[in-house]
Order: sequence, then structure tokens, then C-alpha cells
Amino acid sequence: MLEFIISKYNFWIYIILMMIGFYAMIAKTNLVKKIIGMNIFQTAIILFFVSTAYKSDATLPILLNSQGHGAGHHAAEQVIEVSQYINPLPHVLMLTAIVVMVATLGVALAIVIRVYRDYGTLNEDEIIKAIK
Amino acid sequence: MILPFDIILQLFVIICAVAAITVKDLMSAVIILGAYSFFMCLMWAQMGAVDVAFTEASVSAGIGTILCIAAVMKTTRRTKD
Repeated sequence: MLEFIISKYNFWIYIILMMIGFYAMIAKTNLVKKIIGMNIFQTAIILFFVSTAYKSDATLPILLNSQGHGAGHHAAEQVIEVSQYINPLPHVLMLTAIVVMVATLGVALAIVIRVYRDYGTLNEDEIIKAIK
Repeated sequence: MILPFDIILQLFVIICAVAAITVKDLMSAVIILGAYSFFMCLMWAQMGAVDVAFTEASVSAGIGTILCIAAVMKTTRRTKD
């Protein structure tokens, strides 16, 4: 059991990070703190996906034995060993997720600025009290 | 993946995440979030996801921190939690 926990230690780190972000989103009353929690949550998920692409003793997905300008001609004859290369598909997907993360951050901050202009506070409880 | 480097980075990432949500000053929290993003970028670089690391360093740690600082400057730095 202990060996199972230690051998998968990075997955525990992601879960801890995700729970830190989730706690901040739920329990903190300040709106900027909630946004920070959302950011941490999203990065934890991206980290999980990127780590699933990792292989030990593998390198970046660039052809190792290509011969300059003749590469296209010889590439069909070459056998590409998949275990030599890191899986690039999660990287590409998570690249999009990072851009979406910053877009949501910008929209959330714009809403926070608008709320502060109307209510003069960033505290969630005071805002709810002012709305009622 | 180099094991001691990996463990140190993960430790720093968790410390930064906890500090970012516990600190009482919003400007400090935002700056610590920027440091968190850079540590995360290092983790991805050593996992072999160099393109993701570049994007994180420029977009999330750069533009994200600037957006957060601008929002905090336009509103208030004080917070109760």
C-alpha cells in the first residue's frame, strides 16, 4: 500500500493542488481569491494531462534519424519507434486549454472590476447583503 | 524526469499555491500566483512538454499576471481572508 502511494506520488500532488484550488473557489469570500483558486484548479488539470504523455527514456517528438533534404524520401522506409517519443497529443490539447484559461481569467477580472464599481467591495457576503 | 528536481519543484508549487490563497494582501497573492505559474512552467519543461511550457510562461505567467495586477490596482488590495 505504501509502495503504491509512493510510486504514484505525482498524481497525489495533482489531487492536492486541485483540492487547494477547489477549497479557494468554495470557501474564500473574496472574489479575486476565488479567481486565483480557479487558476490553480485549471493548472492542476493541465498538469495531470501533460504528465500522462510522459514516458521515461523518451524524447521530444522530432524524428531522430532524418538525413537533411533526403529525409522525405527516406522517411517512408524508416521504422518509427513509438516508445522513443513522448506522446504529443495531450500537449497540443493542453496548449488550447492554457489559452482558454487566460481568456476566462480576463473575463472574470472584467466582471470583478464591474462589481467593484457598483458595490464598492470585493467581499462576497457584503455584495449579497447589498443586493438584498 | 530528474527525481530530486521533480520533488523540489512539486514542493515549491504546493507552497506557492497555499501561500497564494492564504496571504492577506491581494497584490501579494497575485505575485505569488505568477511565481506558481513559473514553477509550473519548469515542471512542464522537465516533463518534455516544451511547447506547453513556453505558452505557460508567456501567456499565463505574463499576460495573466499583468491582467490580475491591473484588476487589483483598479479595485482594492485589502481582503479579509
